[in-house]
Amino acid sequence: MLLSLSGCVSVKEYQKSRINDAEMELSARKSEKFEQNFYLYREGAAGANGGKSGGGCGCN
Amino acid sequence: MKKVCLTIGMLLSLWRAGHAQSETTPPAYTKRKLTVEEVNLVSSYYQQDGNNSAVTGGIGTEKLTDIANGIDLVLKKTDVRNRQHTLAFDLNIDHYTSASSDKIDPLTISSASRSDTHIYPTVSWNVHDDTRRTTKGISFSYSTEYDYKSYGVNLNFAKASADNNREISLKAGAFFDTWSVILPAELRPEGYGSGAEGDRDPIDHKPRNSYNVGLSLSQVINKRLQVLLTVEPAYQEGLLSTPFHRIYFRDGSETVERLPGSRMKLPIGLRLHYFLGDRVVLRTFYRYYVDDWGMQAHTVNLEMPLKLTSFLSISPFYRYSHQSAVRYFAAYGQHSLTERYFTSDYDISEFTSQFMGSGLRVAPPGGVLGIGHWQSAEVRFGHYVRSTGMVANSITLLAKLK
Repeated sequence: MLLSLSGCVSVKEYQKSRINDAEMELSARKSEKFEQNFYLYREGAAGANGGKSGGGCGCN
Repeated sequence: MKKVCLTIGMLLSLWRAGHAQSETTPPAYTKRKLTVEEVNLVSSYYQQDGNNSAVTGGIGTEKLTDIANGIDLVLKKTDVRNRQHTLAFDLNIDHYTSASSDKIDPLTISSASRSDTHIYPTVSWNVHDDTRRTTKGISFSYSTEYDYKSYGVNLNFAKASADNNREISLKAGAFFDTWSVILPAELRPEGYGSGAEGDRDPIDHKPRNSYNVGLSLSQVINKRLQVLLTVEPAYQEGLLSTPFHRIYFRDGSETVERLPGSRMKLPIGLRLHYFLGDRVVLRTFYRYYVDDWGMQAHTVNLEMPLKLTSFLSISPFYRYSHQSAVRYFAAYGQHSLTERYFTSDYDISEFTSQFMGSGLRVAPPGGVLGIGHWQSAEVRFGHYVRSTGMVANSITLLAKLK
C-alpha cells in the first residue's frame, strides 16, 4: 500500500470498479452518525472527519 | 450582530462564486421529476458509566443512556440545464437520561436536566453540474434541547478534475447558539430561577457562536487506492463553559466552571482507503488536532470490511485516540483561587481512549427479507474505554431503502 502512494496514475472511468465500491467511499459511514456525536461530546478534539462540527451543547 | 452579518456575507460570496462558474449555455437535457433516491433509517442505543462527572466537580457518576433515531430522505431531479439537484432532509431525535445532570439540584429535588430530548433537523440542497464538474450546495440546521438552541447554515463548493480523479472542495459554516444558563442550586443568586418549567424566576441566556471553514482534497492514486486530506479550522466565541459544572477549590470553596470566551481549533484529517485483493477493503483515518486552550490530540481509526459473500460483509474496526488536557483543567479540589479559568471536566482532560467493535451488513439481490425496496441492513456495535475509567457501549441499526 505504501508503495502505491509513490505516484498517482490516471485511472479511467472503466477502471474504477474498486474505487467506486461503496466501502471505498471517502467519508464516514451513515451508521457512524451517532458515534461521531459521542466522540464530539466525550472528547475535546473534533472536526476534519466529516462529522458534526458545531451546534448543540454536548453537555449531557 | 456585525459578526453575524459579516459571516452571512462571506458565506453568500462563496455561494455566488460557485454560481458564477456554472452560468453557461445549457446542454441538451432530459427533464425529470423529483424522485426519491434513498431513505436511511438509523437507530442507536448508547450507555456509559464512569466516576468523573463535571456536574459534581470531577467526582461522581457519569452514568448516561441515550436512544437516538434518525431518518434521512434524499430526493433527486435533473433540471433543464442537465444539472442534478439533490434535496436532502435529515431529522434526528435523541433522548437521554443522565445521572450527573440530575445533580444540578439537591438530591431531594430531581433537576430539570435529568433527562432531555434533543431534536435536530437539517435540510440541504446540492446542485451537481456534470459538464463543469462542480457541486455547490447550501444547508440549514436547527437543534433544540431543554436549555440549548442552535441555528446553523453551511455552504459548500466542489470542483473535480477532467478525469474525475481529483476533487477540491471548500465549505463554510456558522452556528448561532443560545444557552439557558442553569446554575447548580446552591450557587444561584437570590431571585435567580432554576430553569425548571413553572419556575417564574428569570434565568440568563448567553450566546455561543461557532464558525468553521473546511478545505478538502481527494485524489485517486491508482485503481485500488484513494486519499482525502481535510483541513477544518473552527472558531468559537461566547459562553464556552457549561454553567452547571461545579468547581471545588483546594480550600473547599465552590463555584461554577469558567473558561475563556473564545477558542480556535485546527483539526487536520487524512483518510486513506485501499482495496486489498478482491474481498477486503482497508479504511484508515488519522487526525491531528490542536487548539489555543493547549489541547493536542492524535486519533487513528482502522476498519477492514471483509466481503464474505456478494451480499454479506463484516467490518471490524479499532479507533485509538490520545489527547492532552486543556491548560485550565484540574481534578476535584485541585484548583487554586488565584486561577482565572478552571474546569474539572474530564472530557477535556488528558486521556487515551479506545473504541473497538464490528459492523455486519447484508444487501441481498432481492432486497432484505425479500422486500425489494429494502436495499441493505447493517448492525454496528462497539465498546469504548477511556483511561480515566469511563466505559461505554453502543449499538446502531441502519436500514437503507431505495
